[in-house]
Amino acid sequence: MSDSSNNGSIRVGFYICHCGHNIASTIDVDAVAKYVATLPGVIVSRDYKYMCSDPGQEMIQTDIKEHTLNRIVVASCSPLLHEHTFRTATEKGGLNPYFFQMVNIRENVSWVHTNREAATLKAKDLARAAVLRVFHHRSLEPKRVPVNPDAMVVGGGIAGIHAALTLANAGKKVYLIEREPTIGGHMAMFDKTFPTLDCAACILTPKMSQVKNHPNITLWTYSEVSKVEGYVGNYNVTVQRKPRYIIEDLCVGCMECIEKCIYKEGKYFDEFNVGLSKRKPIYIPFPQATPQLVVIDRETCIEFKSGKCKKTCVEACDRDAIDFKQTERTEEVKVGTIILATGFQTFDAKRVPYYGYGKYPNVYTSLEVERLVNASGPTGGDVILRDGRRPTSVAIIHCVGSRDKNTNRWCSRTCCMYSLKLAHLLKEHTDAEVYNFYIDMRTPGKSYEEFYDKLLEENVHFIRGRVAEVTDWSDRPSEEGKLVIRVEDTMVGVVRRVPVDMVVLAVGMEPKSDAQDVRKLFNISCSTEGFFLERHPKLAPVDTFTEGVFIAGACQGPKDIPDSVAQAGAAAAQALTLIDSGEIELEPNTAFVVQEECSGCRTCLTICPYSAISRDETKQKAYINEALCKGCGTCVAACPSGAIKQNLFEDEMIFSEIRGILETESADTNGGSSCCPT
Amino acid sequence: MILPTPILNETTRGFRSEKKKVVRRIKYEAELDHDFGEHIAAHAYGERLMSCIQCGTCSATCPLSHYMDYTPRKIIAMTREGFKEEVLNSLTIWLCASCYSCLVQCPRQIHITDVMYALKREAIAQGHYPRRLPIPVLAKAFVNQVRRNGRNTESWLLVTLYLRTNPFKMLKEAVLGLRLFLAGRMSLKPDKIKRRKELTTILNAVEAGKGASIS
Amino acid sequence: MNYIYYPGCSLHSTGKAYAESVQTVFRALDISLEELEDWNCCGATSYFSMDETEAFALAARNLELAENQGGNGGVNLIAPCAACYLVLTKTQHYLTTYPDIKQKVNDALDKVGLHYEGKTSVRHPLDVLVNDYGLDKIAKRVTRPLKGLKVACYYGCQVVRPYATFDDAMYPTSMDRLVKALGAEPIEWPLKTRCCGGSLTGTIQEAGLRLSRALLLDAQRRKADILVTCCPLCQHNLECYQGRINRKMKDHIDLPVAYFTQLMGMALGLEEKELGIHRLFIKPRVAVSAQKKGEPAHV
Repeated sequence: MSDSSNNGSIRVGFYICHCGHNIASTIDVDAVAKYVATLPGVIVSRDYKYMCSDPGQEMIQTDIKEHTLNRIVVASCSPLLHEHTFRTATEKGGLNPYFFQMVNIRENVSWVHTNREAATLKAKDLARAAVLRVFHHRSLEPKRVPVNPDAMVVGGGIAGIHAALTLANAGKKVYLIEREPTIGGHMAMFDKTFPTLDCAACILTPKMSQVKNHPNITLWTYSEVSKVEGYVGNYNVTVQRKPRYIIEDLCVGCMECIEKCIYKEGKYFDEFNVGLSKRKPIYIPFPQATPQLVVIDRETCIEFKSGKCKKTCVEACDRDAIDFKQTERTEEVKVGTIILATGFQTFDAKRVPYYGYGKYPNVYTSLEVERLVNASGPTGGDVILRDGRRPTSVAIIHCVGSRDKNTNRWCSRTCCMYSLKLAHLLKEHTDAEVYNFYIDMRTPGKSYEEFYDKLLEENVHFIRGRVAEVTDWSDRPSEEGKLVIRVEDTMVGVVRRVPVDMVVLAVGMEPKSDAQDVRKLFNISCSTEGFFLERHPKLAPVDTFTEGVFIAGACQGPKDIPDSVAQAGAAAAQALTLIDSGEIELEPNTAFVVQEECSGCRTCLTICPYSAISRDETKQKAYINEALCKGCGTCVAACPSGAIKQNLFEDEMIFSEIRGILETESADTNGGSSCCPT
Repeated sequence: MILPTPILNETTRGFRSEKKKVVRRIKYEAELDHDFGEHIAAHAYGERLMSCIQCGTCSATCPLSHYMDYTPRKIIAMTREGFKEEVLNSLTIWLCASCYSCLVQCPRQIHITDVMYALKREAIAQGHYPRRLPIPVLAKAFVNQVRRNGRNTESWLLVTLYLRTNPFKMLKEAVLGLRLFLAGRMSLKPDKIKRRKELTTILNAVEAGKGASIS
Repeated sequence: MNYIYYPGCSLHSTGKAYAESVQTVFRALDISLEELEDWNCCGATSYFSMDETEAFALAARNLELAENQGGNGGVNLIAPCAACYLVLTKTQHYLTTYPDIKQKVNDALDKVGLHYEGKTSVRHPLDVLVNDYGLDKIAKRVTRPLKGLKVACYYGCQVVRPYATFDDAMYPTSMDRLVKALGAEPIEWPLKTRCCGGSLTGTIQEAGLRLSRALLLDAQRRKADILVTCCPLCQHNLECYQGRINRKMKDHIDLPVAYFTQLMGMALGLEEKELGIHRLFIKPRVAVSAQKKGEPAHV
C-alpha cells in the first residue's frame, strides 16, 4: 500500500554516513552508495562524513526539494540516537517525517565486525532491505494528547514533601498521598542529621507545615493508592482513605482523648519509636505530626474488638470530634503526572542472628538508637538500655545487611555517615567508649570527610574489621556480663575481643517489602535489587520507562537526605516539563484494529501488557487506545483474524525488509546470506 | 595463657626471630609469583578468591585465627598477590580445622576452607613443610592406609603418626589408648574392604588421568 | 523410605558407641537400616589435603554403590559421622557444579564398571529422626522422659556447615527440639557450633584442647548436666581429655559427653548395653539413675 505524492512513483533518497572513522574504516561507504544508486526507485544516493551535522541535514532537505524525493533512507548509527534528528530533517524538507527509514550500520555492522569485505556486503544488504521497506511507509501523524496540569505525589517523606512543594509553588495542584497518619517519613524519626548535626525535626517541620498550609496541596494521610488507570497526562487514580474515626475538621490535636483512654498505659508496638515504647490504641504518632490529628487504630481499639468500651475518649473530647461510625472513603482523582517517593525500609536485623538482635536485649538497630538519643524519644534522650543499665562501652557495627552476598549485595550508602553521627551522639550523651567496626569508610558527600575527621578527634575507636559475631560467651573475668565482639583488627593485624555494654547495628536500606506490588500498580519496573528502576542510571535517574510516572528518593536506591531532595526537585521539574508543554506527543507506532476484519473473539484483550485494548460491547469489536498502546506488537501477532495491524510495522513493510535482506548478492556465490560475516 | 613456645620452635620456618633485632622487610615485585594466585584461583570455586574485600570476617570467626601466624584474611591477600613462599610455609594452612565457619560467614561467599585445602595440597606436593609437622604426616599416612586397605584403622594410624613425628608422645598417650581399648573404642584389627583391587584401579585411573589439570 | 547405612571408619573404633546407639534406636523405631555393602573410607579431611579428584572418586564410589544397592527408588544414605556426611554431600555438590570434575571421576569409575549419576540423597540421622520420622512420634515413644535434665546440644561444624540444608549453619535447632521432645531441657548456649578442635587434639594438642576446653567450661557454667553431640571426633575430644585439661589449666571440668542417639535411647527405655553407654568414660549420671529407678529424672 504505497503512498506517494509524485505521479504514483516512489523516489528514494539514500544517504550513507561515514561517521568519521566509525563507519568508514570498516565499511566501504562509497561502494555501498554506488550500489544503492542502482536499485529501482533510488533517485539520489550519497555518502557524507557526518549526516547528523547541520550540512548533512540540510542536504536531505535540499535534495527533497530539488529532486522531488518522497522517501528518505539514512544508513548511519542507532535509531535511538538520531532517528528523531533525521525525521525532523525530512519534515523540514516538506515530507511527512514517517516516510523516513533508518539503517544501523554502526552498532550493527562496523562496530561488531572486522572483515571489510563482509561488512560492506552486510551494509549493502541492510540498505537494500530498508529501501524496499520504505516504499510501503505511509504518512502518519503523531497523536497529541493534552496533559492534565494536576499532579500526584505518592509518599510523604522528605522527598515527597519537597516534590509536592516544588510543584505547588509552580502553581500546580498537587495531591500528596501518605500511607501513615502523618507525613515526615523516616526523617522525622532521626535525632540529628549529618554532617551539620542539625536537628532533623527542626529542619523538617517547617516544610511539613508549609505542605499543610499550601493552598495548592491536598494532603491525604492515612491513605493509599489502590488503582491507577489511564496514560501519561491522563491518569485516573483511585485512593482509599482509611478512617481515623476522628472528624478532621473538628480535631485540634489537644490529645485529651489519649490521656483519658481506658488504657492507663500504652500496650501496643509504637511504630514511631520502633517498638522501644508502647502506645495506646488512640494515639498521635509524634507531637509535631502533620496533620495534627489523633488517630484510632482499629486493630487494637477495644471498641472495635468487642463493641463494649466505655469510650472515655468520646467523653473527654469537648469538640465531639470522635466518630466510631466512620468508614473507608474512596476518592477518584484525575492527574497528569505522578511522582513516586515511597521511600525505603531498614534491613531486618533478625536475618543476621550472629549479631544477637532479638536474643540479647542490649543489641539495637540504628533506627532504634535515633529514638533513644532523641529528646522526644521514649527515654527523653537519656541512653538507658533495655535492662536498665547505662552503657560504659558501645560497639557500632557497620554494613549490617549490606555488601553481603548472603543478605543484600549493595552498599547502602548512608550507614557509614550515620554511624559516625551516632558515634558522636552516643559519646555526647554517655561519655562511653565508642567503637566503630567498619570495612571501608564511605564519606562521599560535601563536608562528609571532614565529619569523619571530627569523629577521629573525638577519641572514638575506629577498628577496620567486619564483626563476625556478638556473643555473651566470656573468655576472661573482664568480659563477664558483657557482649563480646570478636573481630580481626585488620590494620594492626591481630584478632581482638572487645567487650561492650551496648551494640548498635548499622542496618542497611532496602526496598519496601511491597515495592513489587506498588510498582505493578503504577506500571513501572524494579531493578534486580528491588528498587524502582530509573530510565537511565546516569542520564535519567528520576524518569521511569512509563511516561508521566517519576521516581524520587530512597525508593529508587539508597541515598541520603540531600540526594533525596535533589531528586525530588528533579522529578518535579520533569513533571513540570510535561505539564507546561500542555500536551504530549505520542510515537505513532501503535497498533490499530481493522474493524471489518475483527471477529470479536477477545484474544487480544487479555494479551495486552499495557491494558490498552478494550471491547466495544455494542459493536462487539476490539478497540485499541492509541495513547496507552506502546507498540509492542503482541496483539498484532496474536490476532487469529489478522485484523490488528501496527503502524510502521505493517506486513508489507516487514516482508519487504526480509526479502531485501535475503536477496543478497552473495547468496548465489556463498550459498548463504551475509547476515553473519566475521 | 600463651601457647607454649616449644611448639613454635619445633615446627615453624620463615622469617621469625626470637631475639629483638633490626630487620629489613620489603617485598619486590620480582619476588612475587603472580601465577601462584591465578593457579590457586583456577581450582573449583577458587575464582571467588579474587573478589575478596579484605573485611576480616573470616579471621574474626575462625576459632583458631589467634594461633595463626597469618590470619585467613592475610592468607587470601597474600595468595592473590603471589606471596607464595610465605603462604606455603605458614602454619595457618595446617592449623585450619576445616570447621567451615569462614566460608559460611564470608560476605563474598568465598570458599576459604577449600582454598586452604588447595594450599595444603600445594605445600605437600612441593615439600614445603617441616618433616615432623604432624598434620601433613597424618594426611600422608591416612592416604596410604586408605589406598592399601580401603579404610583406615585409627589405632595404627596414630601409631604411624607418633613414630614419624614424636615417639615419646606414644608414651604420653598410652594410658588414654589403653582406656579406649578397654572400653572397646579402639580396634587393633586393620579394617579392610573386600574389593581392594577395585578401589586401587579407580585411584590409579584418577592418577593417570591427570594432565595439566589442578588436583 | 529406603535407608542405607554408611558407618564410616570412626564408627568402627572410637565411635563404636555411636554405631551401636544409632542402630539400636532406629531398630526400636522400626526404621530399617541396611549397611552399605563394601563401603570404603570417605577420605575425611586428610584425603582432600593430598589430592582432590581422588578424594571425590573415593566418595563417589560409595554414592554409586548406594545407588546400585538401593534399587530404582531414591536412595537415602545415612552417614552419622560428621566428616563422612560432609565429604559425601560436598562430593555431590562439586560433581553437580563442575562437569569436568564429574567427568574425571566417572572416567575413573568407568574402569570398574561404575558410573556416578547423583541420585543418592545423603542424610544425617538427626535429620532423618527429626524430619522424616517426626518429633511427635518420637515424643509418643518416650517411656522415661528426661525431666529436669539440662542438656547442652553440641552440633559441631561439619554436620551443619556448609552443605546441610536441614538446619541453620550457625544457629541450628534440630537437636534442641529433639531433646525437648525427650522431656529434657536444652540450654541456650552460644558455642553450640563452635569447632571442638577436630583432629588438632591429636596433632597440635594445645590448640585443639583449648577449643574443647572453651566448650566444656561454658556448658558447665550454664549448668548443663550432660553434653550431647552428633560427631564421633567431637565426642572423643570433649570426653577423653577432661582430666588433662583440668591438670594443665587448673579447671574442674566434669561433664558427661554422650551421643544424642544414646540420650534418645535412654529416653526410649532401651538397654544401656545396646546403646554403648558402658563405653563412656564419664557415665551420664542423672539419666542413668532415672532408668534404674524407673522414674523420671529429677535434678
